[in-house]
Amino acid sequence: MKEVNKSVTKADGLGLIMGAPAYTNDLAMNNALVIKVLRSPHHFAKIIDINTEKAFNMPGVECVLTYKDVPRNIVTRAGQGYPEPSPHDKFILDEYVRYIGDEVAVVAAITEKIALQALELIEVEYEVLEPVLDFENAENNTSMVHPEPECHSMFPMGFEPAKNIACTYEMNVGNIQEALRKCDVVVKGKYYTKAQAHVAMEPQSSFAHIDIQGRLNIISSTQTPFHMRRIIAEAFGMTAGKIRVIKPRVGGAYGGKQAIHGEFLVAAVTLKTRKPSKLIYTRKEVFEATYCRHAMRLDVTLGSDKDGNLKAIDMQILSDTGAYGEHALTVFMVAASKTLPLYNKVDSVHFSGKVMYTNHTPAGAFRGYGAVQGNFALESSMDELAEKLGMDPIKLREKNMIVQGETSPIFKIMGEGGEGIEMSIESCKLDYCIRRGTELMRWKYKYPRNQIDKNTVRGVGMAIAMQGSGIPYMDMGSAILKLNDEGFFNLLVGATDIGTGSDTILAQIAAETLGVDTQKIIVHSSDTDLTPFDCGAYASSTTYISGHSVKKTAEKMKEMIEEEGAKRLDSLQNQVVFDGKFIKSLETKEKISLKELCEQLYYKYDQKQLIASSSYVGTKSPPPYMAGFAEVEVDLETGKIKLLDYVGIVDCGTTINPNLAKIQVEGGLVQGIGMALFEDVKYSASGRLLTNSLMQYTIPTRKEINKITVEFAESYEPTGPYGAKSVGEIGIDTPPAAIANAIYNATGVRIRTLPITPEKILMALKGDASV
Amino acid sequence: MHRACKKGINRGDEVKIFVTINGGQRNIDIEADEMLLDMLRKIGLVSVKRACDTGSCGVCTVLLDGYPIPSCSYYAAKAEGHNITTIEGVQKEAIEIAEFLVSEGVEQCGYCSPGFALTILGMTKELQNPTEDDIKHYLVGNLCRCSGYVGHLRAINKYLEVKR
Repeated sequence: MKEVNKSVTKADGLGLIMGAPAYTNDLAMNNALVIKVLRSPHHFAKIIDINTEKAFNMPGVECVLTYKDVPRNIVTRAGQGYPEPSPHDKFILDEYVRYIGDEVAVVAAITEKIALQALELIEVEYEVLEPVLDFENAENNTSMVHPEPECHSMFPMGFEPAKNIACTYEMNVGNIQEALRKCDVVVKGKYYTKAQAHVAMEPQSSFAHIDIQGRLNIISSTQTPFHMRRIIAEAFGMTAGKIRVIKPRVGGAYGGKQAIHGEFLVAAVTLKTRKPSKLIYTRKEVFEATYCRHAMRLDVTLGSDKDGNLKAIDMQILSDTGAYGEHALTVFMVAASKTLPLYNKVDSVHFSGKVMYTNHTPAGAFRGYGAVQGNFALESSMDELAEKLGMDPIKLREKNMIVQGETSPIFKIMGEGGEGIEMSIESCKLDYCIRRGTELMRWKYKYPRNQIDKNTVRGVGMAIAMQGSGIPYMDMGSAILKLNDEGFFNLLVGATDIGTGSDTILAQIAAETLGVDTQKIIVHSSDTDLTPFDCGAYASSTTYISGHSVKKTAEKMKEMIEEEGAKRLDSLQNQVVFDGKFIKSLETKEKISLKELCEQLYYKYDQKQLIASSSYVGTKSPPPYMAGFAEVEVDLETGKIKLLDYVGIVDCGTTINPNLAKIQVEGGLVQGIGMALFEDVKYSASGRLLTNSLMQYTIPTRKEINKITVEFAESYEPTGPYGAKSVGEIGIDTPPAAIANAIYNATGVRIRTLPITPEKILMALKGDASV
Repeated sequence: MHRACKKGINRGDEVKIFVTINGGQRNIDIEADEMLLDMLRKIGLVSVKRACDTGSCGVCTVLLDGYPIPSCSYYAAKAEGHNITTIEGVQKEAIEIAEFLVSEGVEQCGYCSPGFALTILGMTKELQNPTEDDIKHYLVGNLCRCSGYVGHLRAINKYLEVKR
């Protein structure tokens, strides 16, 4: 492999660092109206009366919109494939507001200052309703978060708005009660994971204008331009043919930009005024009024025989989806479907639970997508079981984990929102990942703990993880390759580079297939008018799904070049080969360079444009695997935790671009470390979000990160493009459990609620079992 | 009291300030409560990005007389008489840093990169032979959510090595 498995630099890297205009707000027209949103001060209320006259009459204000001024079509903003596995429960604007920050009214003015002043002039009378603030008591609450008759789900998912249930699910393999009864050793644990904020550095941004054909153009920091076009058309009751969505460079997303955020509102203003408009969220709006990770309660029971053969796994989850059910069902299912198959030798598995509506900021997609929550509970429980068995936690895992060539019944039973597909694992190097990780961590010297001095202890802990590679038979990627005169190519892909470098790795795959240098492939991505369909950047699908479509497209292009070359060499097509520079006849040994061929094709003889296109839908979702190892130091007097070292060994198949793959894992790890130790979405006693700025909500800084070592296992996935699986999400999965296990090994206290703060450690050391 | 502020009081909401931006001297009309970030973007220097609004993340960093400051939390009026540098004004120096960042693949989404590169430039002027702890301490205000930071350190160490 010449261009693949090579650390080519990102095509857009230097331009971005050097400050070229690239992101939505850089590209918005200077005369765009500035949109500001009046947001609900109440958790739950009905708008009885709203008077926008004074605001509208203010000089410089061009448009004020309330629920009375926009179409009333119920949709889900989730940004998923169709039919969507999320309840349809959101109007563009509604008479009900369901969380502090929900949209009440929209002002568009010639300056930001005027828009902000006009917001103050809007008079709203609310009927304040009793909010649902505790997801554990949402079901029998007298308040109903979604009383509107239009809300519905597109297929059965247990949607019961009268009980504040967004969805439910249950699955069984074998009989769990019977299997647990037969077990020699059983451990039970109740775990809580908090909401987590994405904190992409670029806030959610969107800009709309009407083009010279009278069509609505939206430039947006989105992960899903094609889904966005469909959902906006649906919400406004217009044809998708009248909408163009362009994704420029995006300043980080991590799932946070999969859904529609401000795009409805720029569309509404621009459709009404026919003027360009933009909505750039403030950081406070990002925290309060986009979405976050689903907070969950997870009850896990594991049972084994006395030799440590795992026999039964029971996982029950209650999830908080907040005011809207975006990704409610799928995140909750992935918490099980991308953790439980790790241990496939059990007699019985049971998984069930519910996802509850509350009057919190909505939850939605976030890297890890449930798997990180499930992993924290399952992998903490595995250590608890190992201890009860008196067994080394690594040995327990090695004895029970899935190995290459095996399968799990869960793959067929559970997909994302419905049934899954049967799948045997063709690449799994977990055994190597564990072995290599223990070496690098110097596990045998460090496990379980070392007393450094009277008050300082060090401990190590680990966890294993899996994720997926796209959603089989659903997610589609496609590509177009265009050969240009002079012999370079345009690669047009719907795939959505959100900073990951996917444009670059897709170019590498095309270059490898064609035998040319990556620099010969000029990529344009994510424009619903100009690039072919792609589901978007989610579910760890870009390398595996879109990458595959690029490989197929490049194979077609290579055939086309050979066909045209053969004609010009008076040879049969099957007797010529294109090696990236020349098309050579195997019969006559004559050759023609690609450049000469292009001169002929575009200017001289039998002229034609060569264009190839192809698509790919996955027929399986091969999991990447990982083993994560943490070493912590704990001050027993203060509870202070220092993460000394983290080792992550990853099996993602072939790394198309080793550097970019490594950064994906390192970045994911640090987000997981943040979730484990620092990031705490907090509400006041009255339920108001306290962590609505980067002064209150702390993500890891570079000072919290000491040593991190990431390596990749030699691995080749036969179904992947050049052997690749996915790498975008797996990195975030192990830190919560590995760090919790390390803290237990260091201190003897088991923390089952995230984040693991010094306060909780001290409380646990003093005997408080509730943390 | 600062000269610009006095002018601001005299002229109501509108103020004219005199600043040197990327080596060029300019008179710029600003509003009295305008932040430096907004002023710079207004005149087309869109490399300066808004991210947190509270001076917490370093994304909007520019150099004021050679020292990094968060422009989202710095009144434009206070820049009167000062030298402001954005990445547009130090392309030659910044590209040296940028090349080390891209060769690690650590720029990722790139949104924090211009401010980060400017802070590194500030660091190389202020610190001689910084240790790893010095580097982390100097750059701690520049948050990055994509990279996990360790790649930054690999790139900076290589950059400093070559500079030495």
